[in-house]
Amino acid sequence: MTPGAPGAPALELARSVRAGSVSAGEVVERHLGAIDAVDGELHAFVTVLHESARGEAAAVDRRVAAGEDPGPLAGVPVAIKDNMCTRGLPTTCSSRILGGWRPPYDATAVQRLRAAGAVVIGKTNLDEFAMGSSTENSAFGPTHNPHDPTRVPGGSSGGSAAAVAAGLAPLALGSDTGGSIRQPAALCGVVGMKPTYGTVSRYGLVAFASSLDQIGPITATVAESAVLFDVIGGHDPMDSTCLERPAPRTVSALDDGVEGLRVGLVAELVDGADEAVGARVRQAAEVLAAGGARVDEISIPELGHGLPAYYVLAPAEASSNLSRYDGVRYGLRVEAETAEAMNAATRAAGFGPEVKRRIMLGTYALSAGYYDAYYRQAQKVRTIIIDALGAAYQRFDVLLGATTPTTAFALGAKVDDPWAMYLSDVCTVPSNLAGHPAISIPFGTDGSGLPVGVQVLAPSLGEAVMFQVAVVVEHGAPVIAPPRIRAA
Amino acid sequence: MAGDHLTREDAAYVARLARIDLSDDELGLYAQQLATVIGHAAELAALDTEGVEPTAHPLPLRNVTRADEPRPSLDRAEVLAQAPAVEDGRFRVPPILGEAP
Repeated sequence: MTPGAPGAPALELARSVRAGSVSAGEVVERHLGAIDAVDGELHAFVTVLHESARGEAAAVDRRVAAGEDPGPLAGVPVAIKDNMCTRGLPTTCSSRILGGWRPPYDATAVQRLRAAGAVVIGKTNLDEFAMGSSTENSAFGPTHNPHDPTRVPGGSSGGSAAAVAAGLAPLALGSDTGGSIRQPAALCGVVGMKPTYGTVSRYGLVAFASSLDQIGPITATVAESAVLFDVIGGHDPMDSTCLERPAPRTVSALDDGVEGLRVGLVAELVDGADEAVGARVRQAAEVLAAGGARVDEISIPELGHGLPAYYVLAPAEASSNLSRYDGVRYGLRVEAETAEAMNAATRAAGFGPEVKRRIMLGTYALSAGYYDAYYRQAQKVRTIIIDALGAAYQRFDVLLGATTPTTAFALGAKVDDPWAMYLSDVCTVPSNLAGHPAISIPFGTDGSGLPVGVQVLAPSLGEAVMFQVAVVVEHGAPVIAPPRIRAA
Repeated sequence: MAGDHLTREDAAYVARLARIDLSDDELGLYAQQLATVIGHAAELAALDTEGVEPTAHPLPLRNVTRADEPRPSLDRAEVLAQAPAVEDGRFRVPPILGEAP
């Protein structure tokens, strides 16, 4: 492979750019070319940032030429889920209600990537406001799975996962409220990681459910995931829920192995999955046992309450957060005689069906007479799940399970049945409710050649041990054939 | 409005609270779909949560304050440039209390 070509590992690209053997400009040009060639079919991107990416690459090349340190990700193209603010550049959340909006500031995660020398190459497609598990809820049309374009890439960070799987960007950012990084990563055969709540600033991440949302990396490999997490993590005074301590350093833990670590294979995260998926998880457990880990089964029945609790709490927070789209300060306005009529007409025209459904659901759960029965009860169940996971981590260093109950499903298969779609998140929501980190690692395929994801869960701030285990799983994983749609 | 028998009128009430104009077709569809999801949420009611504290947030939150020092904020012109309607450096909206100014 020639230097700078799409498909090359991020760190190799950065090394070449830092050494001056290839320019950031050339790296970016080749990736833009690959996007222009295949994204018509894939639709991973909402906006491809040809002009600003060239400008950012030129700035990196000037630093290299001047003998300055261009940063650890010098010249590496990165794709950003389009619910993270990029100053002066469109940020749509794949919603009509933000049509034409250009944020007046950058998300902290975006600032940190640029400070590390990365180049923002485009904004990726998502389920509108990150509400969905297939990227079919985008106002701009679905993204296709690079392994089988008749199937969904998962969601809501489906554009970021598809872009990385197809080699259009070596690194991407997603956001994960109930599995929106890990689930699409699993379905597209890439690595997706949700950090501990509070380790990555949410400043500039358009809010969906503020007590659950976290930004995290989507990458081809576990090592790249660790590098990206180390770049974007850490305290930020602009986010009052960001932990006032350094984020765990993970890159240094990658070579530590799993000798003596205690791994809990969670029955509830295996038994509910399709047979082919469950078999892969058990195979991953064998890989860890062969590496010297002590693997035991554990049952955590409380996890079964996670999905119904999540689908009360997340819509409740969303109904509050999305009240800001009122046609007053930015985005769409549909004119009417009174302010209230203008608000209601604007929201009717600007939101798609799933966003309306979740706002309705959350408004109902918070309304007088139902607050205690639904919202408060779900908050108590959240405590029960946190306590159950806490007890499990008395016995185990990490937990292991499937990321998703199935591999990629057909486009359109679940759009008319919300609960069937919500079931895609059953293995991922517990980590969000608890604020814990979790990572999905590609581990072979099912009988149809579709990627399977294995999930490693860790307790709060347990990123180092989580990555330590993830890299061993990755090294023992069966190879997945390159996707059908990919950069030439 | 019991969870598993959500009527079109219930849906219309919630839509009004949420400030979304919904068509009759949408109200019918959402009444049905919300009932399904609420039905699953109702399963939680069977759990014994006596004495369990609710969790609103994964972190023990407390007020976060910073030093009271002046610093640049967003540029007013840049912010107002994003608004659908502006007058005299402010956001312009239709009448709120029902009377024209």
